Amino acid sequence: MKKFLPLLPLCAAIGIGIAGWWGLNPDRDPGAIPSVLINKPVPEFELASITGTGIPDLKTQDLLENQEPILVNFFASWCLPCRAEHAVLARMVREEDLNLVGINYKDKPATAAKWLAELGNPYRRIGSDQTGRAGIEWGISGVPETFIVGPGGKVIFRYVGPISSDEAIGKIREALAAARMDKP
Amino acid sequence: MVPELGQFALTLALLTAVVQGVLPICGAARNNALWMRSATSTAILQLVLIAIAFGALMRSFVVSDFTVVNVVENSNSMKPMLFKVAGTWGSHEGSLLLWTLILALFGAAVAVLGRNIPTGLKARTLSVQAWVSIGFLSFMLFTSNPFDRVFPAPLDGNDLNPLLQDVGLAMHPPLLYIGYVGFSIVFSFAVAALIEGRVDPAWARWVRPWTLAAWVALTGGIALGSWWAYYELGWGGWWFWDPVENVSFMPWLLGTALLHSAIVTEKRGAFKSWTILLAILTFSLSLLGTFIVRSGLLTSVHAFAVDPERGIYILGLLVVSIGGSLTLYAARVHKLEPGGLFAPVSREGGLLMNNLLLTLATATVLFGTLYPLFLEGLTGDKISVGPPFFNASFIPIMLPLVLIMGIGPFLSWKRADLAGVISRLKWVILIAWIAALVVWYIQTKGPALAVLSMAIAVWLLVATLREWSSRIRLGQVALTDSLDRLRRVPRAAHGMTLAHAGLAVCMFGFVGSSAWKSEEVLFVQAGTQVQIAGFDVTFEGVKQIQGPNYIASVGTLNVMRNGRLVTVLYPERRSYPVAQSQTTEAAIRSTPAGDLYASITEPVNQDVKGKWTLRILYEPLVGFVWFGSLMLVLGGLLSLSDRRLRVGAPKRKARSQIIPVAAE
Amino acid sequence: MIRILLVLMLCATTANAVEPDEILSDPTLEARARAISADLRCVVCQNEPIDTSNAGVARDLRLLVRERLVEGDTDKQVFEYVVARYGDYVLFKPPWKSTTYALWLTPILLAILGMFSVSLILKHSSKGFATTKSLSPEEEAQLSEITKTKEDRDTE
Repeated sequence: MKKFLPLLPLCAAIGIGIAGWWGLNPDRDPGAIPSVLINKPVPEFELASITGTGIPDLKTQDLLENQEPILVNFFASWCLPCRAEHAVLARMVREEDLNLVGINYKDKPATAAKWLAELGNPYRRIGSDQTGRAGIEWGISGVPETFIVGPGGKVIFRYVGPISSDEAIGKIREALAAARMDKP
Repeated sequence: MVPELGQFALTLALLTAVVQGVLPICGAARNNALWMRSATSTAILQLVLIAIAFGALMRSFVVSDFTVVNVVENSNSMKPMLFKVAGTWGSHEGSLLLWTLILALFGAAVAVLGRNIPTGLKARTLSVQAWVSIGFLSFMLFTSNPFDRVFPAPLDGNDLNPLLQDVGLAMHPPLLYIGYVGFSIVFSFAVAALIEGRVDPAWARWVRPWTLAAWVALTGGIALGSWWAYYELGWGGWWFWDPVENVSFMPWLLGTALLHSAIVTEKRGAFKSWTILLAILTFSLSLLGTFIVRSGLLTSVHAFAVDPERGIYILGLLVVSIGGSLTLYAARVHKLEPGGLFAPVSREGGLLMNNLLLTLATATVLFGTLYPLFLEGLTGDKISVGPPFFNASFIPIMLPLVLIMGIGPFLSWKRADLAGVISRLKWVILIAWIAALVVWYIQTKGPALAVLSMAIAVWLLVATLREWSSRIRLGQVALTDSLDRLRRVPRAAHGMTLAHAGLAVCMFGFVGSSAWKSEEVLFVQAGTQVQIAGFDVTFEGVKQIQGPNYIASVGTLNVMRNGRLVTVLYPERRSYPVAQSQTTEAAIRSTPAGDLYASITEPVNQDVKGKWTLRILYEPLVGFVWFGSLMLVLGGLLSLSDRRLRVGAPKRKARSQIIPVAAE
Repeated sequence: MIRILLVLMLCATTANAVEPDEILSDPTLEARARAISADLRCVVCQNEPIDTSNAGVARDLRLLVRERLVEGDTDKQVFEYVVARYGDYVLFKPPWKSTTYALWLTPILLAILGMFSVSLILKHSSKGFATTKSLSPEEEAQLSEITKTKEDRDTE
């Protein structure tokens, strides 16, 4: 027994080394937080529409009775990457009949309306979350963030960051395909 | 031209390190005196070459040579000169250069000053030191070259993060690194001893001054970092158990254990395996720290370059150095002869508890820091381990340790009379109890832990003073006699007293500033008044001032007590146009009783116009944290200046008493 | 990535972060809010509590905490509310559940192990310590006089 005692520090070091090697995986983002909403029902929220746009408002109810998966996209006019993402989302709505709704996060209605008028509106519905409270309900830490709500109002996927790179678009498509296969 | 010179010097240094890593240790194995002595020249040469490289980088910063990438990324022509100089080590590459400089410095110091050290041990030690240098020099040259150039040179550089443009913080890395890296030489000594296959008590004596020097620097570096965080970051705290803070604290904890364990090895030949293991582990933790900070493994406010590729290289370095040394330890430790016997209640016993508790504390902090990583790897869950965990696990380990610290110096070697010691300390125990009652009286709501900790801190302080006073027989003999004894007591003993007392003083600060803080936060405009901790504070307004590379809004606060003006505070809000960021410079009024700490910021709420957000904190006793740290540093320096440790001190020429044999 | 950088820059500017317009009028509730905020991690910052973070989300969470307290939630319920939305990551004090038993228990286990090894070492190191006959009081006094003087020189 005593003979093996001096091996203890080495074993501990090896354990730490393995953890360190695993932690260096370039795909790993040490700051990323997994979403707690995955496989849970859509959170409770009710948001008014952006005044002056005529686009319908958004609340939990709107996300519950769908057959197709819905993309819930958090965006803001003050968010630069959201611009890049906007074009991609608009194209997906046009070409793939994507079911897209948006939540306008901590934005002044006037600026948001101008932004949408300038870039075009791909969203079927938009909720205006001026206080950021709906964002907290969805557990977001910033914009843009996108959720995929499957049939029956279950959150099945979350993507953090703009959907502008090929990799991001690929991931979203993959998740959408998986969601469609789950149809009851 | 100069950067190329620097790079050339680094390459030569690497080559020198390779020679130093091979020749002396082979010489020791073959008993070739010439090869062994080559270590001295190569060590000095390495230092010269790396110093040239360091100087070259520093010059590039001083003249703002924007053809050097490192200067572009971390400096700007508008920066004050002090920070231009400090920019040399402010980046990942620059700080690595500082690492290697200090590695070389300690190597050369042992080569030159270590005249008492047997040639074989010295040669092996310097070879091991060279191996570490090879690792870092190659890491630098292959992945993090500070001398990379860019053409065409931009007109000006990015600014250094304004948060880091501060005198205290400029000095923090060099001091910290002398600490971290200083333990490398102790590591080298330990590995050399393992290779040799024996640890003499004298080994512990030779290792002592280097351990002390590194420990003193590390203490200073950590204290400086904490002090900076305190006055710069604006939340009035000085320790957050952030991974990078922990990573500097763990070598300190083990280094303290090492210092004390080495005493037992020196005096009684015991604890050899402990001491060697601690020597290896202390530097291993320094290396682990380097890895964690530079590889993006954990998120922290302090993290450096987040680059997994560099991380792999450092991990490789760690596998070789830590894995290698611990394997060597496991293989060779049985060769170390056990030392003297001792009774459970004895100085050895006390120091054994010291070793255990400090190691336990280190293991706890290490485990808590790495646990989120382990868990994420095993299950994918992400959790946070923060101050509540560390405080809950660390404090219950340290409080018993502090209790033992009070008794320890009274215990004699081999076997101590516990009853006798306790009876000598009965007044001290009484004073500690009284202190507890006094604290409880003053702070009736004061958490029980705070009262207990204060009492234990008082215990340590008074017990340490009692030991010191009995050593010089204060009060038992005439004062002149006591003063005489004072001079004759070895400096290391005074150092111990000062350091132990310093820790007690630190504890006063820890408890006061954590448990009894008060705060006021409010919107202010000219004329607004607020009361805090018995002070009446009036906000007079804000004016704009132009600094070297910033614009500051300076607030004026009149602080009165009982109608009399106590002080005027000038908190600042600075805006740095190049870096496009802002900092808050708090205004602090420090007294032994506590700090009054004020800062202003623009209100977040856009609807509040024409007002400022004022935050005033009152932190009781926080000054003792810094003063106590200073005592720790001075105590260590005092010990270091002890004659007996001066390894280079010329031996008194043995005047052989040749008694002429009378011719019969 | 840019988004992260943007947010990080916001966090990196320094100041204690609670704003006067967030402070509750009830001091007990406010004290509880501060204590809870100090133990909730800001989800966008590099290891900071929401109490000291400048991020927008941090402010929203501070306001949320106070709202829940005013509605009568206990401290535990407030934590659960935030954890329900962000996960255990936001707790600076790790929860006591199956994934963290090891975390909380290991220090205790190590302490026990340590104590055990110390007692083994002490037993081993004091082997063969013959108990000597005790000295007479005069011999005791003589001895302590001699040993004390030697100690002064030897001990450090």
